[in-house]
Amino acid sequence: MSNVLEMGRLMQGNEAVAEGALAAGVRFFAGYPITPSTEIAEIMSNKLPQVGGKFIQMEDEIASIAAIIGASLAGLKSLTATSGPGFSLMQENLGFAAMAEVPCVIVNVQRSGPSTGMPTAPAQGDVMQSRWGTHGDHPVIVLSPSSVREAYDLAVKSVNLAEEYRVPVILLLDEVVGHLREKVVLPAQEQIDVLNRQGPETPPESFIPYTSGAKGVPPMANFGDGYRHHVTGLAHDETGAPNNSPVVAEELIHRLHNKISDNLADIIIDDSRFLDDAEIIVLAYGSTARSARHAVKEARRQGLKAGLYRPLTLWPFPEQKVLEIAKKAKTIIVPEMNMGQYRLEVERVVGKHCQVKGVNRVHGELIKPGEIYDTILEVV
Amino acid sequence: MGSNRELRLSGTGGQGLILAGIIIADAAIRDGKNSIQSQSYGPEARGGASKAEVIINDDEIDYPKVSHPDVLLVMSQEASDKYAADLEKGGIVIADSSYVENLPEVEGAVYNLPISVTAREQVGREMVANVVALGAMARITGIVTREALTDALLSRIPPGTEELNRRALDLGWQMAEKALH
Repeated sequence: MSNVLEMGRLMQGNEAVAEGALAAGVRFFAGYPITPSTEIAEIMSNKLPQVGGKFIQMEDEIASIAAIIGASLAGLKSLTATSGPGFSLMQENLGFAAMAEVPCVIVNVQRSGPSTGMPTAPAQGDVMQSRWGTHGDHPVIVLSPSSVREAYDLAVKSVNLAEEYRVPVILLLDEVVGHLREKVVLPAQEQIDVLNRQGPETPPESFIPYTSGAKGVPPMANFGDGYRHHVTGLAHDETGAPNNSPVVAEELIHRLHNKISDNLADIIIDDSRFLDDAEIIVLAYGSTARSARHAVKEARRQGLKAGLYRPLTLWPFPEQKVLEIAKKAKTIIVPEMNMGQYRLEVERVVGKHCQVKGVNRVHGELIKPGEIYDTILEVV
Repeated sequence: MGSNRELRLSGTGGQGLILAGIIIADAAIRDGKNSIQSQSYGPEARGGASKAEVIINDDEIDYPKVSHPDVLLVMSQEASDKYAADLEKGGIVIADSSYVENLPEVEGAVYNLPISVTAREQVGREMVANVVALGAMARITGIVTREALTDALLSRIPPGTEELNRRALDLGWQMAEKALH
């Protein structure tokens, strides 16, 4: 069978997420199965015990995210996976992880909503929720893959970013990518760049838990390692103790944001095709980007100056790059399986530099290349 | 652009059509080709419409869904009513005559085969109707080799069911052989 592996093998998106997380060192999973993310829990329940990890099926999604926060504080790289209804339940503790700076990865395989919606149908309706679902000003990183191989790579990247920046990272798939099976060749474990959280360099007696370290990120002591470590969702000073001082609160919230905004080059990943002379640019993410790529290739065959820009990091928003392409383009087309959530952000950034047009479907099916191609023809 | 084959396997939830799609896509990779498999199904564990789609192409496959299949398997009347019209001109329809009584008119080759009845009566388990269908489809379309299909099948079934599945695959193959001559 080794020849089959070298040639590539058929793998599902959800399976690739689980494999990528394991390769990045995830050793704890707590979750509550929900379509279309269930395969991730299923695979983790099988594989984690084989590598000395722990799997717990929790009573609900609130408990699931609470458990991964706890496991992460105790030192394990932690993951949960869910879909819209469960992601809604996780919002409160997502904010806690952002405030207390607990590394963790939340996979949301989007299905059609709102509410329980259409459980087996794809959507991209959680794009804004992934950015703003929890209350208060908080930093967050959201990555979104378009293929099975990318699901693997971004699972690794999500775990790395969570550990490096001490933030919750949301890996945002949609049902199409989660359930898609395609041929992949995975990198060998030794080719994978695995990052671990920075531990304290000071002895326990002089350790101050929330002093800013490299890249604005405080070194993290794991529970049980002998370091005093107070964790709270309240505004806190460098010792971790609750503090209501306006100065302390403002410094904290700024530092939480700066550790992301000062390191955008490291966090933002994107991909593009035919951008050099493109006048019409399709900006797409997730499975919709596959339809977009098909449409753009067809437009090129017809001699049209079309290009594709594909953010893999949805949040923080790739402002600089979008502004740069907007200055050269006449129109940016944003196809989404939602009512235009990401388009709003594109419009905000491009301002008057170019026209922005959405292709929006909320019927629970992947947008067809023809629908995007027709819009390209419309704006030529 | 390499040769492009697009398949749709459709019927009722519980007939194993998604697994059948996975096995074909897997077999295509074993044959050294590039493939992609997607699916659409209702929330029910059994019953409700279900379909699996497979694209086999040597190039990068962008849009993973099938609009106009050149091979269409229909294993329920509902599926044949819904999808027959999508068939690519000159394509192939394989209909399970156990459940499809009236196949709408299509511009292509039609094979009416007693797939589920054969699984039930000759293997003793209707559960393997999907594998009978795979054997028939591979023989009629030549889309994957029998060797790759057998390997892919055996790698994705529960241990202890190898003989049952081999027999189902062979019955499908023989059934198609007869229909072709």
